[in-house]
Amino acid sequence: MAVATSVRAAGTRRTGIDSRYRRGIGRWLVLAVAVLVGLVILAPFGIMLLNAVKSPQEYSANGPLSLPSSIYLDGVLAFWERTEFPVKLWNSVFISAVVAVLGALLSLLNAYAIGIGRVKGRLWIVTLFLLANMLPQEALIYPLFTMAQSVGLSNSQWSVIIIFTVIQSAFGTYLLASVLGTFPPALLEAAALDGASRWRILWQVVFPIMRPTLSVLMIFFFIWTWNEFFIPLVMLTTNDTQTIPIALASLQGDRMMDAPTINAGTLVSLVPAVVFFLIFQRTLTRGVTAGAVK
Amino acid sequence: MADSTSILTARRSRAERRPRAPRRGRPAWVGYLPYLLPGAVAFAVVIGYPLLTNVYFSLFKWRGGMAPLRWNGLGNYADLLGDDQFWTSFGNSVAMIVAMVLVPTAIGLLLAAVLFDYLGRRFGERVSSVLRATYYLPQILPVAVAGVLWNWILNSQTGALNEILRGLGIDTPPNWLGDPATALPSVMLVLIWIQVGYPVVIFMAALQRVDPELYEAAELDGAGWWHRFRAITVPQIRPETFVVTLTCTVAALKVFAPIYVLTRGGPESSTLVPSYYSYLSFFDKSQVGYGAAIATVLTLVIVVVAVIILGLQSRAERREREGI
Repeated sequence: MAVATSVRAAGTRRTGIDSRYRRGIGRWLVLAVAVLVGLVILAPFGIMLLNAVKSPQEYSANGPLSLPSSIYLDGVLAFWERTEFPVKLWNSVFISAVVAVLGALLSLLNAYAIGIGRVKGRLWIVTLFLLANMLPQEALIYPLFTMAQSVGLSNSQWSVIIIFTVIQSAFGTYLLASVLGTFPPALLEAAALDGASRWRILWQVVFPIMRPTLSVLMIFFFIWTWNEFFIPLVMLTTNDTQTIPIALASLQGDRMMDAPTINAGTLVSLVPAVVFFLIFQRTLTRGVTAGAVK
Repeated sequence: MADSTSILTARRSRAERRPRAPRRGRPAWVGYLPYLLPGAVAFAVVIGYPLLTNVYFSLFKWRGGMAPLRWNGLGNYADLLGDDQFWTSFGNSVAMIVAMVLVPTAIGLLLAAVLFDYLGRRFGERVSSVLRATYYLPQILPVAVAGVLWNWILNSQTGALNEILRGLGIDTPPNWLGDPATALPSVMLVLIWIQVGYPVVIFMAALQRVDPELYEAAELDGAGWWHRFRAITVPQIRPETFVVTLTCTVAALKVFAPIYVLTRGGPESSTLVPSYYSYLSFFDKSQVGYGAAIATVLTLVIVVVAVIILGLQSRAERREREGI
């Protein structure tokens, strides 16, 4: 049935907007609803932007929806100084970047053995990695906390880096192993004929071809680690080691936090994520798609 | 299979060239085991050992640190069964699943189909991709940052929402996060706001691989939009729906950061979730054994739920194959 009708429809294949659809009022109604949903989602961002640069007096006088009469930057400054923002920014960048690199490396090594080496029991290994990715971090945190203390890594960023390298590579191994499972065997054969060792095949044949996938994976690892909350909250206990989300959340209970400071803090905290997203948007949407189909 | 034979031949040909032949009878994959070693060690240290140790801790009464561990057998688990807060926390997990899985998936499916198949055709790709990016925006910021923003918006005294309501003449607007009656629904709305962009992006990507001729054929047969949505869109992107359901359900059961920054499980435990309850037991109440027991139960629940969803998925796939 489907075949017959699709043959009938083949002649009307269209590209772009079809003039058939350029009529009726209904489409404007649907567009209005879709835009309205978008506005509801944007509203909190808009309110935040308005009030990040508005003085507390003006906020109590004119409310949250008024346009600020002048740009008030004390909130941004207060947040910047109170949290020592450059330190937090560096901590977040450092931890996320190291995890992205190490996590991708570990994923590649694992996936090389599983996808190309086809080691025995690989299905079980992949299942184990997938399960590890689903575990609640609460089921690991107390032992990890005591282990970090006993090896002198308490309140150290390296404890967080090690933990997230493993957690992220659990997903990375799963993804890369399934990609490497379809690696063209002719390339491997040719390299082996030239006498290349496994180690050289990995770096001179497999790695260059996998580079795009690895870069998507690294972007994911970076963002995921950047956004992590629970493990950094427990493991990083002092101001000089904490990441941006923890710094923002720990200011929350502070009675001195007025509306502009909170909003400025939120604004400053989400700028790096948005900038990063805009830079890598194309790579990322491709990656999201790949992740979904796998 | 083709790959492993090619590796075998590759090995043999290399052996011809090199003076030192590999040991006879050893399968090719053994040579790759060293590459698994770093991962295996790291995995054992960071996940395997802590997971088992946590189960071990759950069998003791322990105040943490230097305090002595006192054997309690399954006592902590028995206590859990009679603990109202424990049951409340898992009851709230159901609410989290509604807010993070059911509602976003349903809305996301509808929005993705409308953007892809209706607005995209009538107003062009640009309109639909701008709208998609808008819906996805809450997903890219750290969830703790989103929570802090919403915590302020919903604050009863100085929050934006109540300022607006007071401006509209409502003298005593609700204390959104401070009232046990409104706290859970408020948290759920925030979670829906955070979550809804994820299914939209995944489903729109999924729709790209659906043959457009299916739609055209149905259209020529006189099927309306809603009919096409139900007969083509929903069944065609079922694999992605399973992926979204699985990942979001696991995330909903694990949810921690939004609760931490929005309500800290309060008021009166009305928004308590298992992960936050175990965190409280570990680091606030110094009941490490009890916290470990909660975390162990949560782990089991997640694994069981994941296995059920994966089972449903493979059954649906099997049925589909048999149907064709």
